[in-house]
Parts: sequence; C-alpha cells; structure tokens
Amino acid sequence: MPVMTRDEAQALIERVVKMSRADEIQVSLGAGVENNIRFADNRITTAGGVNDLDVRVFSAFGRRHAVATTNDVTDEGLQRAVRQSEALARLAPENPEKMPLVGPQTYKEVDGHFGSTAGATAADRAQAAGVTLSAAASAGGLKAAGILLVNDRVNALGNSAGLFAYRPSTSVDFTTTVRTNDGTGSGWGGANHPDWTKVNFQAASDTAIAKARLSRNPVRIEPGRYTVVLEPQAAADLVSLVANAFSARSAMEGRSAFSKPGGGTKVGEQIMDQRVSFISDASHPLILGSPYDNDGRPVQPRTWIENGVLRNLDYSPFWAQKNGVPVIGTSGSLIMTGGTQSLADIIASTERGVLVTRFWYIRPVNSRTLLYTGLTRDGTFLIEDGRIARPVQNMRFNESPLFMLGKLDAVGAPVRVSNSEAMPALRVRDFNFASVSDAV
Amino acid sequence: MTKRREFLRTSAAAAGLVVGGRLIRPAEAWANTFAELAPSDIETLLLQAVDALKSAGASFADARIGRYRRQTVATREQQIVNVVDTDSIGLGVRALVRGTWGFAGTRNLTPDGVTAAVREAIAIANANRLPGAAPVILAPGENHGRQTWKSAYVTDPWDIPVEEKAELLFRANAEAAKVPSVRFVSSGMSFVKEEKHYANTDGSILSQTIIRSDLPFNVTAVASDNSDSQSRGNVVQPIGRGYEYILAQDVVNNARHWGEQAAEKLKAKSVEAGLWDLVLHPSHLFLTIHESIGHSTELDRALGHEANMAGTSFLAPPREKLGAVRLGPDFMNFLGNRSEEGGCATIGFDDDGIKPDDFLIVKNGMFNDYQTTRELAPSLDWWYQRQNRPLRSHGNCHADSWSSVQFQRMPNVSLLPGEQERSWDDLIAATDKGIAMLSRGTYSIDQQRYNGQFGAQVCYEIRGGKIVGQLKDVAYVMRTPDFWNALDMLGGRGSYGHGATFNDGKGEPGQTSAVSHFCPPARFKNQRVINTGRTG
Repeated sequence: MPVMTRDEAQALIERVVKMSRADEIQVSLGAGVENNIRFADNRITTAGGVNDLDVRVFSAFGRRHAVATTNDVTDEGLQRAVRQSEALARLAPENPEKMPLVGPQTYKEVDGHFGSTAGATAADRAQAAGVTLSAAASAGGLKAAGILLVNDRVNALGNSAGLFAYRPSTSVDFTTTVRTNDGTGSGWGGANHPDWTKVNFQAASDTAIAKARLSRNPVRIEPGRYTVVLEPQAAADLVSLVANAFSARSAMEGRSAFSKPGGGTKVGEQIMDQRVSFISDASHPLILGSPYDNDGRPVQPRTWIENGVLRNLDYSPFWAQKNGVPVIGTSGSLIMTGGTQSLADIIASTERGVLVTRFWYIRPVNSRTLLYTGLTRDGTFLIEDGRIARPVQNMRFNESPLFMLGKLDAVGAPVRVSNSEAMPALRVRDFNFASVSDAV
Repeated sequence: MTKRREFLRTSAAAAGLVVGGRLIRPAEAWANTFAELAPSDIETLLLQAVDALKSAGASFADARIGRYRRQTVATREQQIVNVVDTDSIGLGVRALVRGTWGFAGTRNLTPDGVTAAVREAIAIANANRLPGAAPVILAPGENHGRQTWKSAYVTDPWDIPVEEKAELLFRANAEAAKVPSVRFVSSGMSFVKEEKHYANTDGSILSQTIIRSDLPFNVTAVASDNSDSQSRGNVVQPIGRGYEYILAQDVVNNARHWGEQAAEKLKAKSVEAGLWDLVLHPSHLFLTIHESIGHSTELDRALGHEANMAGTSFLAPPREKLGAVRLGPDFMNFLGNRSEEGGCATIGFDDDGIKPDDFLIVKNGMFNDYQTTRELAPSLDWWYQRQNRPLRSHGNCHADSWSSVQFQRMPNVSLLPGEQERSWDDLIAATDKGIAMLSRGTYSIDQQRYNGQFGAQVCYEIRGGKIVGQLKDVAYVMRTPDFWNALDMLGGRGSYGHGATFNDGKGEPGQTSAVSHFCPPARFKNQRVINTGRTG
C-alpha cells in the first residue's frame, strides 16, 4: 500500500484549497519514506531512514503569484503556508506571462509502485549492501564503496480549477565503485528499477569488481581524436544533455544550439546520424515515469528527433500561446533508439577504440555548440581487435553531444540507466580527448 | 504558536509510526505533528531523544531539530518569474551503537515521533553491524553546556518585503538592458535562514541561527544576426551575511557595466591556444581553490568514503602525503576555518557538537593537514603526536538538513595574502603576456582533483603590463600540484577578496553545503590555455 492513499492525498489537498483567499491556488504534495545505506572502505558507513511530507502552495491574484512550501501539515501550519504564499503573491509584481491553471485531466495509468520495494526492511538493505561487501572481501585486495537508496513516495497535485492528480511510486537505486588496494584500479557498476526484485545487486557488484581488477596499472595514451565505445551509462551522461537544449523559446531567441542563424529554429533539419531517434514516453516499460507534469498536464509520448531530424522543441504554455501552437511539455524522460546490438557485439566489432564506463564532472563550455567538458572514470580501456586489450589512463573530453551523434559508427539497443533514461551503447568516431588525467 | 497543552495533545494521536523503515499507519503518520514549537519544547524533545538513544545502548548520540527556510525571487527583464518561500522543520537523531551508526529523521516533532525515530535509528545501527567490521571510534567530545550563536547579519532578509527586492532587481535589469545588443537579463535573490538546535550525550545544548544571501545576475548579448550570444554572470558573490550585503553591492549602478562586458565579449578576439601567464581575480580564483585544494584535503575522500560519488584524492594515503608533498612555493599558505566573518561555512559549533578551530592545510607550501570530523580525526593521531598537537576534530561536520546524515564538509578554505602589499593592478602591470580572468566560468575537475579545466566570465588580454581588450573562448587546463607550484605573485592584504558557492555537492544521498574561499589575486606562470570555440 502506498504511504498515502488517493483519498487521503485528495482530502489533504482539498483542505488546503479551501483555505485559499486567492483567485487561484494549486497545491503539490510529496510524501515519502526514503531509506539509504552507504558503504565504503569495505564496511557500512552511514545509514538512515527519513519520512517527510512537503506541501507546496501556489497562490495567484490576477497575474501576481508566489509559492510557499511547508512540511507542517497541522491546520495551523498549512494556514501559515497559504497565507505566506498569498502575502508574497500580493507583493509580487505582475507577471505578464502568467497562464491559467490546468483543469481536470485524464491520465494514462502507469504502475510505478511496487510492494517489493515498499516492503524492503533495514535487514534487506544491509543484506543487499552485503552482496558487494562480501564479494569484494572474498576477492581480496579490493575496497568497495557504494550507496543503496530506496524510496516509497506519493506525489499528488490539485488546484482551484478542479484538477486532481495522484501518483504513488517506488525506486531502488544502487551503485558501487570498487577500487584496488594499490590505488591503481577502479571499477563501477550500477542498477536501478522501481521493483526491488528486478535490481540485480550481484551483477552490478561483479561488474564493478571485474572492472577494478582489469583497470589496474593503466597506460597513458596521448590525447587526441579516438574511436570510443560508450557503455549505456556513459552514453546517457552525454546524450541526455541534448534534451537540455529542447527549449523552443531559447532557440527562437537566438541563444541555443537549435537557433538558426538569421532567425527561427532548426526544427525539420537533419542534425545528427539518420539512425538516431529520441522519444519520451512515461509509460514505456523501460521508464515507468509520471504520466503528468508539474502543472498536471498529461505527459504525451513525443518524438523529438526522428531519424536524425529535429522534429519538436518544447513550448511552455506562455510561449505556445504567443506563437499560436499547442503546448509541448519538457521531455521528462528520454529514450534513444537506433540499433539492436549489445555492448558485447559493439566491442567485438571494434578494431581499435577506447571503452568508457562512465563520465564525471560534466560542465557546459559553449551553449551555442553544446560543447561540454568532463572526464572518464572507473573503467577506461583500450579495445584492440574486438577485445579489451589494456586499461588506459582517464582522459578529459571537450566534445559536443551534437557533434558526437553525427559521428556514429554503431548504435545498440536501449537499456534502462536511470528513472528517466534508457540509452544504447554507442560507437563514435573522432571523439575529442583533450588531456590526460592522473586520477584513478 | 502552539501552546504546550496542544503540543502534548496532538502528539498523542501519532503513536508507533515507523517499524523497520516502513510506515504502518500512514493515515495517522501524516496527520497531527507539530506547529511552531517553543524553545523549551525543542529542548525537551532533544533531551528525550538523546536520553532514549543512550538508554537503548548508544555510546554516543546526538539529536538535531532544525528549521530550514529559503526564499528566492527570480526575475527576467521587467517581469517576475517566480517567488518561492520554503520552510522545512524536523528532527534527525544519530546513534553510535557498538561501533556502528544508525540515523533516522522525522518531521513528527512530538514525544511519540521522537520515540519512533529513536527506535528506527537503533534498529538501523543494529542491522548494519557486519561481522569483522572495524568499529567507529570518535575523537574526544566537548561539553559546551548551553550556548547560542548567530552569524554576521544585520538585516534579516525575511524582514524585507518581496516587492522591494523585486523592485531593486528590475531597476538593475533596466540599466543592463540599456546597452545596445543586450537582449536578455535574468536576476534574482536567494536567501537561506537556518535555525539549528543540537544536543548530544556530551552534554552540549547548542542553538544557532545562520543567514546567507546571494544575488545571481546574468546579462546576455546577442549578435544582430543571431550568430553568437555571450553572457556575463556571477557578478555578486554569495555570503554569510544579511540583506545589508545585497544593498552594498550597488547593483543598479553596476548593471550597465556588466551589460557592456557582455556586449564587448561579442566582439572579443578568440584566444590563441598556448602558454600564457594567468592573473586570477579572487572572484575567479576562489573556485579553483575550492576544487583543487578544498576537495583534495577532505579526509573522508582520502580514506575512500566518497569513492562511489565525489571521488578520492591525490593526497592519499595520509601516511605518505602529510608533511611530504610540496603543493606550492614557500609563501603559499592555505587556512581552513569556520570563524571568518561572513564566510558561508562559518558557524559557532559543528554538527558533531565541536567548536571548529583554525588550521593550516598548507603551511609554507607543504601539505600540512586534512579537514576532519570526530569520526575521521583519530586516523591522524600519529601525525598530531609527531607535531605535539592534541587529537581533536577540526569541527568540519555538517548536515544540510534535519533529514540528512551529518558528515565531513568543507570549512572556508582560504589562500592567505602575501606579505608584500600588491594590488590586482600591480599584478597586471608586472605581466608582459598574460590573461586576467574574473568570475567563475566553466569548471570541471577529475575525481582525485588532479586535472582541472577552468574558464571565466571575463578574460582580458595583458600585453606589456596593460590590458588591451577582451578575449573569448578561454579555458586553462591545469594539474593541481603543477599549477600551484607555478604561483609566483600574490596580492597583499589590501587586495584580499572572496568568492563562495551556495551549492557544493557531496555525499550520497546528495547533500549541498555553502562555503567561502578568501584569497588575494594571484599570478601563475606559463599555464596551458585552450580555445573552446571549436565548431565541429
């Protein structure tokens, strides 16, 4: 059973809506239990459990609006938040872009709440962490660190226009990094799913341990342009950055990678390899995300890029009205399609290339070209003749995912990498490694 | 204000909520909890928690009740984007039971809520005791009795109407927008107020109030044919002060200059990649300090606690590095402290109940000490003995919320000024071919803090000791020990500035912390500069 039933959530929201003296009120509710267990240095270091509930109150008088949030749900506490949001809204200058609240909607059913996850106990969590800790201990010469996060949540939304939306969800996120005691090798593995029974702790641990051992004593290769094989996590780290630039407004205002010189956007143009498509779909079995957005609009399946052609950019309600087009919400989830190969297939067909497990500290360098910088981490190898030949030192890249997706050699089948992303393994030509790092 | 009687009444309805991490009576769990508590109620709950944890077998325990408020006002051009006020209050309890930690947090601030959280923390500690694991041993505690502390603010930002805040931003936005080719201005104010109450088994009962303020401001100029856009941002540094600091920034009078800097960048020369001398302003240098020296000298990283997230450190293992690694010239000293007035990490007592001390992380160019907590410090006992110093935590323990587990976070880590009184202009005048860099731009560094790449908001080309114009597409690539050993000139006390970040991320689940870095301008010889303007 979810932490809060539909009726309880609705009753609480209605209680707050009734307190309103504003023209409009919208109430968002997040309630949940988050349990975590953290380990490092081959032992459990910290662990905790937290229950909390946040109520976010949006009040508007005409075009003036403000938000107040509280986690105090006594009548007194809720009143205080409502009055605070109203007081701030009255003082706030008018927002010419203020749009009306969304009325009642119908949503597609997406079942993202699993009893297996909600029922996991402190002992279950300790046992799961123990899978990695005991595997690392029995392998010898290794130090394991990691985190297991288990969430059981309810989100709900209601407003004075009659909208009500309710979504219970669970999530399990597990990652581990195993390092060799001599400090020369490091490997990473991870798994996540809303359903506890579908999280393979053993496989994630085995991957991290194997990579740690295999990555010992890496050799230096000169920075430059390399063919790279990106594991799904590494691909997600870069590909998801493209979705950050899907704002139609930024593109039309001339400050985005999708701005067309001279005016307008690049919608309709071929912007990457023609095998590639980007879709978002909350109900996709690899995602199981929220069927509505922060304002209660249904999240529709959407094709952003189709066979390499930019098909859609997102339009906020204000920007859609201004341009006379329908609202297109932000992507929410991202699935990249284009191939069927497995990671192993792609490695086996690579003559020479650098295999990347994941990237780290990715930051924008140039918003016009989507140029980003960052570094490889926890398992970087040289592939020769279809096999992992040797570990190599980590390197810094300066690369744009847009350039990168125009230089594709091979595309795999998408796999779930996070609660909102499903990505394939990729092989890319001429990937720009700019400098070498001594970090392991 | 809830009266004592009501407080007790509401608590009675919420019994036995959490068992083994699972809420068993959700309806009641989300019902009656608390309203505003009187100080005596808070102390009663804290002491109830600490006593109960001790009775349940904790060798050390603490409890924190905190109220965390944030306010943001966001604008663009002449319109409001958002006004948000957040308020969260709750209790976090931590227990060390036979060498293993357990933690639980609850928003249910009643005697029954405390009981449930205590039970949960103890259950977690017991579940996590793995055979053969080394027990946690703490550095000595301190009994400070009852103490209160307040950060260096004059005006509480919550006393200023939001209208007045928006008005100031609109006026500044309008000034910036007067510059031809400036098309967009976004600005905002962000305030934090933390009221933290702490008690532990050492006997301390500590109450602290902290205020921090920030004013993000970003101007974007766009070429007439949309072929380029350039921004100038990060003009005001966050600080551990109140609204008086916002007013002192004189943003309305400065905004036009910031707009002109963005517009000028559109016409700036693209940098020629190669070796350049760098003259770095405190508004930029602080972040390089933060990333390269601040994070590499965190002891939890050196011991592998962050291996899965923030990373480890090139300054590890401690026995091979402390006192043995030269990080820079003799005149280079880095001080860790939480006492600098206005510092974002400045505090009276940390979340271990320790009064932080000032300590030299780098002394005369040599690596001298790590940032520590009570849990971490004992591993450096050998080093402190060698130096005839007592074993003691530096007071660097912090949690970003009542609901977060406290762990080691960065104090203010500051580069001390040079003995000779030199200014920013003196450093430029002494440089033949160089780049002067202001404010944080792009930044990235590896997980052991060796390889960093940093850009700035404004870069000026220096030729023959003079600024000759702006450069764009500039970033320098550095290796931490090489970079700091290339330091050859420092500004003096009169040039001492600061920079800060509100949202330094670390830990899992992720936590943020605010931290300041004080420093003079500094010059670095022969640094590798790349051009980031490539188009394919």
